[in-house]
Amino acid sequence: METNDMTEIKNYVNEVELCFDAVSQNESFARVAVAAFMTPLNPTVEEVADVKTAVSEAVTNAIIHGYDNHGGRIRMNCSITGDVLTVTVEDFGKGIENIEEAMMPMFTTRPELERSGMGFAFMEAFMDDLEVQSCPGDGTKVQMIKKIGCSPWIPQEDD
Amino acid sequence: MVDNYAIIENYLMIRMPEEVDHHKAAEICHTADNYITHSRVENVVFDFEDTHFMDSSGIGIIMGRYKKISCFGGKVYVIHADQRIRRMLAASGMLKIVTIMD
Repeated sequence: METNDMTEIKNYVNEVELCFDAVSQNESFARVAVAAFMTPLNPTVEEVADVKTAVSEAVTNAIIHGYDNHGGRIRMNCSITGDVLTVTVEDFGKGIENIEEAMMPMFTTRPELERSGMGFAFMEAFMDDLEVQSCPGDGTKVQMIKKIGCSPWIPQEDD
Repeated sequence: MVDNYAIIENYLMIRMPEEVDHHKAAEICHTADNYITHSRVENVVFDFEDTHFMDSSGIGIIMGRYKKISCFGGKVYVIHADQRIRRMLAASGMLKIVTIMD
């Protein structure tokens, strides 16, 4: 990458907001949309896969926990500031009683669904930062942040 | 979808889809369990050759099938898993119950 491309990325600002039905078909839509949105940052294959996994976890949570598989609306906001991608996934469903407990690996409130309980753990592992806000009865908002292009393929010596 | 399941001796082979997520998981679990109950298979082999995306739903599928067959002494195998899937299996403690083969 040339130096002027680097400057372009540093000044790059963009934002999209998507609103979609909380149905499982939209899990792949959501992660592909975010993957397309982040392409101007020239992410590595690995970075795209990380983000797609995290988005898939957040959207799945909204569908099966937020709305108990009964449908609803999910709002997803993606923004880029410089080389930092922020994805917010918000539902207006039942909310989380105990966020700390929900975020523990292997914890699940729905063992009958045969899921792994690794949703939040994967979001945390694949993104740089994860913040969960929730209010029982009002819904849940998950904000995930990741800096793209951390692997320095151009060493910037004098910055 | 029928082609994605095969029984070889007492092994149920499952060819996993290109994208393994919650949307695909329900059908895989349902079909696999049908084979497990009706065809007397002992072991399950998950083939990830075609898979280029997986989230924690994949872990749930494997864990659930393991619970169904392990009480009869069955084993779960994973084949053709790429680096990323292996890392996810390791991160969720699945290596204790799953054998990864090349």
